[in-house]
Amino acid sequence: MPAIISIAGLGKTYKSGFTALKNINLDIQRGEIFALLGPNGAGKTTLIGIVCGIVNPSAGTVLADGHDIVKDYRASRSKIGLVPQELSTDAFETVWATVNFSRGLFGKPADPALVEKILRDLSLWEKRDAKIMTLSGGMKRRVMIAKALSHEPSILFLDEPTAGVDVELRRDMWNLVRGLRENGVTIILTTHYIEEAEEMADRIGVISKGELILVEEKHQLMRKLGKKQLTLQLQNPLTQIPAGLSDYALELSADGNELIYTFDTQAEQTGIAALLRRLSEQGIDFKDLHSSESSLEDIFVSLVRTNA
Amino acid sequence: MNLYAIRAIYRFEMARTGRTLMQSIASPVLSTSLYFIVFGAAIGSRMGDVDSVNYGAFIIPGLIMLTLLTESTSNASFGIYLPKWSGTIYELLSAPVSWIEVVIGYVGAAATKSVILGLLILITARFFVDYHIEHPFWMAGFLVLTAVTFSLFGFIIGVWADGFEKLQVIPLMIVTPLTFLGGSFYSISMLPPLWQKIALFNPVVYLVSGFRWSFYGVSDVNAGLSFGMTLGFMLVCLGIVWWIFRTGYRLKN
Ligand SMILES: Nc1ncnc2c1ncn2[C@@H]1O[C@H](COP(=O)(O)OP(=O)(O)OP(=O)(O)O)[C@@H](O)[C@H]1O
Ligand SMILES: [Mg+2]
Repeated sequence: MPAIISIAGLGKTYKSGFTALKNINLDIQRGEIFALLGPNGAGKTTLIGIVCGIVNPSAGTVLADGHDIVKDYRASRSKIGLVPQELSTDAFETVWATVNFSRGLFGKPADPALVEKILRDLSLWEKRDAKIMTLSGGMKRRVMIAKALSHEPSILFLDEPTAGVDVELRRDMWNLVRGLRENGVTIILTTHYIEEAEEMADRIGVISKGELILVEEKHQLMRKLGKKQLTLQLQNPLTQIPAGLSDYALELSADGNELIYTFDTQAEQTGIAALLRRLSEQGIDFKDLHSSESSLEDIFVSLVRTNA
Repeated sequence: MNLYAIRAIYRFEMARTGRTLMQSIASPVLSTSLYFIVFGAAIGSRMGDVDSVNYGAFIIPGLIMLTLLTESTSNASFGIYLPKWSGTIYELLSAPVSWIEVVIGYVGAAATKSVILGLLILITARFFVDYHIEHPFWMAGFLVLTAVTFSLFGFIIGVWADGFEKLQVIPLMIVTPLTFLGGSFYSISMLPPLWQKIALFNPVVYLVSGFRWSFYGVSDVNAGLSFGMTLGFMLVCLGIVWWIFRTGYRLKN
């Protein structure tokens, strides 16, 4: 199936002369949740801005559902909903008016039943006649989501949708996103909460200094780059790793009470059994052991650090 | 044509006008009344007729133009500056709308408000002086054309401005002086010969003169020329607006 968004050779140099994006090539698959990760200033918002028509690209092309975002902007933009990173709302408008405005702006006839459903789903229905300036930050964020959903987009960009949102609401939002995906909406989101990407995304793209340094299916990424560690709590502290264990990738904790063995999750043989045998041969006793797996966050941090 | 978008923008802007209805209506009505008391009754009673029109009646077209120009410019400039300032412009830029639709929505709403204000002044004037309108069709034509043209002009100012001061400086420093010097309160023929020539470089002279002609059938410059000049200015504004959207000037990064 052809990609729903196809980005080729995309570059952006701002008027200030700063190059925010370099030769980005990326295909987003229909119906997936794609998480775009990257440190502050990596270029995530710039990339989203170009696809949505807010930022002019300096080079390259973008097709949204087969429509060029510049030449055929009417067709491409009517498919796309955007929830920007910045909270910007019309302070004096009511929730109801602003959501209906968005629907009209995107060329759709009024549909009060649909707007009602969206507001109810986002727990905004009680606030429909309230002026936006009287809402809390989290509510304003939801108003912006309601605006983006009002015209029934098939592609939804969420630029840090859960920034400044409480835990419960974040769960609600994840459910909302999953519900949208079930209805066939493609979702591209950015977030600084890596566990959010771990929880939600089908695929993950990592952008650093304007370059897309990795695009990978989430589980594959975690398998490929993930590491496991086995920690052994020793009966008697060691001052150094015994020579007989030098062929293992072992680390000794500072107090000498723990031995840490790091191994590759993809290897055929983890070597744990052999290591344990060797330990007993060497007369090293341990009282407890546990294993841990690196999270997406660990992977992300190490990726961005090596790219820096 | 994205008609739903035009309607959404137009309604949004008219709702904004509606929220400030009292001040929008009260201030021009009040200031017009003051003009009539000061110029019409107090000073006008000591003045002879101008171009054989009673002075109080003579200043009506100029007063309407004064309001039309300042209100159109400030309204339209504020209308497009506000979303730029608050950041909600993102939605306009990401929507499937062409520049024509955006302009019809914003400029249409600003011009509508100005025309309403112009008519209000006309009604208010009735309480102070008698006047007649010789060419009502042309009067309406000048009214609408001027409102649209200066709303376009205001739209450009709103896109160009990157601060509230700039938003106000053009109406204050350019539009108001040009209107006062444009023969709102006097006939150009009352000026010394040299100043009469200089006055012809002031575009507002053509507007006021043409508008006054539609009331009383007398004018400083040919009415056709007036209409042509206004139309020309509108086309220039349209061209600039088209260029703004094509390049994204001060709207996009
Ligand atoms: N209008 C602009 N003019 C000049 N430089 C800009 C402009 N907008 C963004 N930049 C620069 O481009 C780079 C990328 O910015 P962008 O907003 O895309 O980052 P981001 O990945 O979204 O970061 P964050 O996680 O903080 O939201 C930054 O270095 C930023 O300073
Ligand atoms: Mg960002």
